[in-house]
Amino acid sequence: MSADPHVDHHGQGGAAHGTRRGYLIGFALSVLLTAVPFGVVMAGGVSQQVAAGLCMVLALVQIVVHMVFFLHMNSRSENGWTLMALIFTIIVVVIALTGSLWVMYHMNANMMPAMDQMTSGGM
Amino acid sequence: MGVYGSSYAGGPTPRDLFDLKLVAVNTAMLLFSSLTYGFAMIAGDEGRRRALLTWLAATGLFGAAFLGLELYEFSHLIHEGAGPQRSAFLSAFFTLVGTHGLHVTFGLIWLTVLMVQVARRGLEPANMRRLQCLSLFWHFLDVIWIGVFTFVYLLGVLR
Repeated sequence: MSADPHVDHHGQGGAAHGTRRGYLIGFALSVLLTAVPFGVVMAGGVSQQVAAGLCMVLALVQIVVHMVFFLHMNSRSENGWTLMALIFTIIVVVIALTGSLWVMYHMNANMMPAMDQMTSGGM
Repeated sequence: MGVYGSSYAGGPTPRDLFDLKLVAVNTAMLLFSSLTYGFAMIAGDEGRRRALLTWLAATGLFGAAFLGLELYEFSHLIHEGAGPQRSAFLSAFFTLVGTHGLHVTFGLIWLTVLMVQVARRGLEPANMRRLQCLSLFWHFLDVIWIGVFTFVYLLGVLR
């Protein structure tokens, strides 16, 4: 909340708000990182694994672009504490996500077959 | 979505259902809204209240356009008999994408309230702090959407 909007970081008090140029760079990168995976999937022609891998990698890159240019994450603001909080957040999210997928996958795999499938001898 | 993403129960698959052009337009709406919100914050820092309110209104319109397209997609799917009760995949789809839509809806309500606050009380420090908080909320919506369009739509169609 400094009077000068072009100061990149405000020391201990607050986080940076960025500049018009920063937002436009972030926007241009995001457009590119969105258009490429959509284009690859819609055009087809690339093998399924390659396309899926490309989508996931570009999504990760775009998340980082958003965090840097829109959410103004860096190692300096709040004396590095926002970065520490981010690392903690990532650890918690990864544990919650992998744990949920693991548990749900096993519950799904160990489900009793449905009645109609048992009578028709399916499964 | 991770586990039930392919549990179609003999029903329609993402390839049958999803219109990627619509999703691309939707993604563009959310991306534009992130940009206009950034410009709103800069206008606020420069003490330009009218510009701030104009950019916030633009953000609200892009957000509303996103929500409108999503509701159109939902009603279209339900009309085709691909509602949340059709298969585990569609239950997961409506839960996940619907929750994100709810997130956007609350963002729009918050945005409207803050526009009234700024119009009535100006760019006082408390209002600037509130705008800063909504800024995090709004940009984060867009970050989550990256995950949604990648894993639900693009990888769904590829599966």
